[in-house]
Amino acid sequence: MRIKRTNTSKNKTKNHLKVDLKLIDPIISKYKNKKGNLIPILQGVQTTYGFIPHEAFIKLSDEIGLKLNDLYGVATFYAQFRLHPGGKHIIKVCHGTACHVQNSDGITDALKEELKINDGETTKDNLFTLESVACLGCCSLAPVMMIDGETYGKLDNAKAVKIIREIKKTEFRV
Amino acid sequence: MENIKVIVGLGSCGIATGANKVYNLIKDIKQRDKLNIDLGKTSCVGMCYNEPLVEIFDKTGYYLYGNIDETTVNDIIENHIKNNNPVNDYLISYKLISDNNKIKFFKEEDKTFSLSQHKIVLRNCGYINPESIADYESRQGYQSIKKIAHEKISSASVVKTIMDSGLRGRGGGGFPTGLKWKFAANKKSDEKYIICNADEGDPGAFMDRSVLEGDPHSVIEGMIIGAYAIEATHGVIYCRAEYPLAIKRLNIALTQARKKAYLGKNIISIKGFNFDIIVKEGAGAFVCGEETALIASVEGKRGMPRKRPPFPAEAGLWNKPTNINNVETFANVPWIILNGSEEFTKFGTEKSKGTKVFALAGKVKHSGLVEVPMGITLRDIIFKIGGGIKDGKKFKAVQLGGPSGGCIPEHLLDTIVDYDSINSTGAIMGSGGMIVMDETTCMVDLARFFLDFVQKESCGKCTFCRIGTKRMLEILTRITQGEGEEGDIEKLEELSYQIKDNSLCGLGQTAPNPVLTTIKYFRDEYEAHIKKKRCPAKSCKKLITYEVDPEKCTGCTVCAINCPVDAISGERKKPHLIDQNNCIKCGVCYSKCKFNAIKLY
Ligand SMILES: Cc1cc2nc3c(=O)[nH]c(=O)nc-3n(C[C@H](O)[C@H](O)[C@H](O)COP(=O)(O)O)c2cc1C
Ligand code: SF4
Ligand code: SF4
Ligand code: FES
Repeated sequence: MRIKRTNTSKNKTKNHLKVDLKLIDPIISKYKNKKGNLIPILQGVQTTYGFIPHEAFIKLSDEIGLKLNDLYGVATFYAQFRLHPGGKHIIKVCHGTACHVQNSDGITDALKEELKINDGETTKDNLFTLESVACLGCCSLAPVMMIDGETYGKLDNAKAVKIIREIKKTEFRV
Repeated sequence: MENIKVIVGLGSCGIATGANKVYNLIKDIKQRDKLNIDLGKTSCVGMCYNEPLVEIFDKTGYYLYGNIDETTVNDIIENHIKNNNPVNDYLISYKLISDNNKIKFFKEEDKTFSLSQHKIVLRNCGYINPESIADYESRQGYQSIKKIAHEKISSASVVKTIMDSGLRGRGGGGFPTGLKWKFAANKKSDEKYIICNADEGDPGAFMDRSVLEGDPHSVIEGMIIGAYAIEATHGVIYCRAEYPLAIKRLNIALTQARKKAYLGKNIISIKGFNFDIIVKEGAGAFVCGEETALIASVEGKRGMPRKRPPFPAEAGLWNKPTNINNVETFANVPWIILNGSEEFTKFGTEKSKGTKVFALAGKVKHSGLVEVPMGITLRDIIFKIGGGIKDGKKFKAVQLGGPSGGCIPEHLLDTIVDYDSINSTGAIMGSGGMIVMDETTCMVDLARFFLDFVQKESCGKCTFCRIGTKRMLEILTRITQGEGEEGDIEKLEELSYQIKDNSLCGLGQTAPNPVLTTIKYFRDEYEAHIKKKRCPAKSCKKLITYEVDPEKCTGCTVCAINCPVDAISGERKKPHLIDQNNCIKCGVCYSKCKFNAIKLY
């Protein structure tokens, strides 16, 4: 069932970073009082902060008059919403059917090994988050992964690791 | 060097293989060398296996280049563009004006891939710039809605034309579109909605993405015609968030259509025909492809399906009459209106008319997007158009319909593409995902894969769908790990029937299909796992063993150097040995050994 993300409240402390709540005022005024816009609002908040902070939920509830319960219910139903900050680079390895039959499990394993984290986790230096997704729509190039919106196709384990190392290199140069 | 047009294929798939880099490189060289060329963009023509693709139109004709990268681009610019010498090495096909524009191919396989198809839905994909409304209009775009206006065709006769065409919903269910429109048209209301389902949740399918990225106006025009037919006032395109390029191009197209008054008030001077469309982005939930869940999601709620009746045609979005169709269904509509229902019924079988787009992927040589007339055999799609199986392996099964569908084995490959014939195998036509599998794919693992998917995606409302799929997943996981027990297959079957009978929506009702079809056609594989603790496809890690063949091992040490867990020991030039307790079965040694000395059991 779609509940995996609801029991992540353990690491709540991580959540208490300073968030500037003013940043989402334009989103609220754009969608406020128009019916059916909860999902675009949450998407806007997530684009602003990279995740949906606890404080933002409270502010949204106060200002658009929806119960906190309902906001949380919607945010945890959809896979897209993140309640905790992710790493600087989000790696989404495709585990759709086409990628699965062409060994996407191997890609995830190789990246776990390279980054020393498990699927769904973020590296200690906050550079990378490793995730699994179901189909990026580039099945003809399977196996596929997406990093920060850019898609990489026709992967094998070595290629995937190399792409990560390239990103690491540019990170350490600056 | 006059009048040369260079066009780069920039669909998501092309971009993933580096088409943007190719485009930018050509742009840079154009500036640097002051080349007098028109540089343009198009989307995916479906030939994904040859991507990135570059087309050149010059005074001698048309040339299509494939598998282009940054080095080959230079070659093409130097030789073809600057010196009028086409580079045969990368050419896929060409048409010479001197040869009456007859299309010629370099490779037989590309010829079969292209010429076996019939394009109705994909009529413009890869031929126009999807961000240009003028391009769409130049290929009969918006002619259908103009025809309706000029010939004063009534809403009722539009519905009738669609009924007569025999068009059935391409989202998976195959419900007759004309009939659906009739229900919605019969409901009187001052507000009505028409929704395009672009959620494309089947993991392994990308037909709708390609249509939206390659020809967004065709879907918009289809929706306008639908709105006219059922007298809808508002349109919504519900597109999954994983398709950012499709969303971007849809929004561009909608703005253009509004400017040209194809959307808005009194469209094309049809008095009282007021209609506009908005795009709603999904947020990642497979179940939102189900129509009542989709409606809940558009309303900003959790995407939970609800009981029908009332059907959306009676009480849909915001409780108003609503008609929902799939992307591909809408893309067919303008063609049918323009060419007539009779022209459409020329393609297909008695009960399945027209064409169907498939996203061909998996272990097939030519993966890509294909549009074929209904009635063609699966064998023809996979072996003729798809070129057969990659890497000289043997075909095992083809999966149709994703998590709601099933696996069709070799002996049923002559099944024709038609809703009823495919249903009779236990699979479904589905929305068009077609994943080809070879002898190395384990069918039990595949069933486990799908159950894992539906188990995660179940909305949780129905006990059987929520918990039953979990129990099935546990059993399947056990079997793939060598802990299967006598009676597991029967237990799976029993659970399957219970889940099918006791689930509210299509997700639960079809969730057991991948298990049932694999048990039906590949029972021996289940039994090998359970009784012999062996995986015949040699894919389930817990059930395979890597060993060094001392006869063949030359002691080159390559395996030992590459093993990630140092499980291989041995002296140089002496046979090596794998420590089975440490081996994580990654297969690296197997692929690295040059002497075939690693054996897989
Ligand atoms: C779990 C589930 C997922 C679905 N996903 C999709 C989808 O991604 N795209 C789609 O067009 N239809 C999907 N459908 C089918 C829709 O409910 C609906 O039948 C379809 O959009 C109607 O359009 P059509 O008549 O043009 O096929 C799904 C159905 C179920 C039960
Ligand atoms: S069948 Fe499954 S997905 Fe459908 S309503 Fe029931 S629990 Fe939800
Ligand atoms: S399969 Fe992998 S872990 Fe096992 S011996 Fe070979 S390289 Fe080492
Ligand atoms: S299955 Fe991986 S991109 Fe579709």
